[in-house]
Amino acid sequence: MLHDIALALEEGTTTAILGRSGSGKSTLLRTVNRMIEPKSGEVLVEGKSVSSCDVIALRRGMGYVIQETGLFPHFTVERNAGLVLEAEGRPREERAKRSRALLTAVGLDPDDFARRFPHQLSGGQRQRVGLARALAAEPAILLMDEPFGALDPLTRAEMQDMLRGLLVGLKKTVLLVTHDLDEALYLGDRIVLLDEGRVIADLTPAEFMQSQQAEVEAYRRAFHRGESNGAKEVGR
Amino acid sequence: MSTGFLAQYGGEIGTLTLEHVWLTAWAMLIAAAIAIPVGIWLTRSPRWAKPVIAIANILQTIPSLAMFGFLLPLPWLGERAARIAIAALTAYALLPIVRNTYAGIRGIDPAILEVARALGLTGRQRLLKVELPLAASFIFAGLRTATVTCVGIATIAAAVGAGGLGELIFRGVASVDNRLVLAGAIPAALLALAADSALGLLERWFKVPAP
Repeated sequence: MLHDIALALEEGTTTAILGRSGSGKSTLLRTVNRMIEPKSGEVLVEGKSVSSCDVIALRRGMGYVIQETGLFPHFTVERNAGLVLEAEGRPREERAKRSRALLTAVGLDPDDFARRFPHQLSGGQRQRVGLARALAAEPAILLMDEPFGALDPLTRAEMQDMLRGLLVGLKKTVLLVTHDLDEALYLGDRIVLLDEGRVIADLTPAEFMQSQQAEVEAYRRAFHRGESNGAKEVGR
Repeated sequence: MSTGFLAQYGGEIGTLTLEHVWLTAWAMLIAAAIAIPVGIWLTRSPRWAKPVIAIANILQTIPSLAMFGFLLPLPWLGERAARIAIAALTAYALLPIVRNTYAGIRGIDPAILEVARALGLTGRQRLLKVELPLAASFIFAGLRTATVTCVGIATIAAAVGAGGLGELIFRGVASVDNRLVLAGAIPAALLALAADSALGLLERWFKVPAP
């Protein structure tokens, strides 16, 4: 599904992977934490091939956020947020403290939310907890697979603001899969465009907006289509 | 039933009820100890699911009286009537427990299992923290079906001399005394209802609300 991918991610930056459904975005992301093992080629993290790492330790060292369904329905918000620490066998007080600090960081009041269950949260709140959970073990790398894809545009914008704010302070290396150009432009230091499993563009947001490359132009055109329409209405 | 009847048989009804509970409880414990691990294993090797569930299904179709008869000549098992009874009841209890354990775990949202893997939970942690708790309600539903079935079938155990409330029923049938039949049947029915509601409570308790 993926062919001839050669990408190097710079530490502390956000790389947005853009492309249509089935272009291999998620597959690419999932080779990093070995949810998928590539048939050939290798993925290096900090110079070390992931296939030579202990898979459990590797995964615990990477935050992972997916679309809406990722929270454990039978755990409270606090336990969800601290799950990686729980898996590592850290003491309960430490987990509780860290969970509460993280909930605060993602904009949820722990006194109100810690004891709730996922079904008692809105979509945006669930995603905040998902993000808190991904950050719990202080991973250097954050893998996000369309994290805000299921949210309404306003909530999505709030989440993007929050994430951007958090990332400034934390200096994580982020791989963000999205099909939302806006999100890629807003959060990415770099935008990688995938098509049928190949990298067809690898640009900064500014370059992406100016590129003459046909595929990039097509992607740009597919967004904000309503704007020109709206402008016509105003002009009338 | 007159008070005279209860005075005469009350003690025996009590003893036989306890015996009945004892037979069923042992059978359920053994069946759960076999069937839950088997159900878990089937989720790891789904190609075995069909044949294994088919075998459990066939066990279930053997008429209970015949089942007791088959077990009678076996060494060790055949030596004690209670052993035969427990073995037969265990065989009947397997199917609902295996099937529900398997279906319960297979029914978990794949995204949840995927996240559990991606967060770095070990296989054991995934089983104990995610799969079993999320399938628990299903597993208890299987235990409930199995228990109710076994309480009923345990009345046949008296045919091989294993005791239990069937004792009174068989005696009542032989002596054409409906009071004796009812003295066995009513407590057996009440036991089944009690087990049904107790396990039903557990089943609801473990039900996880969908997000």
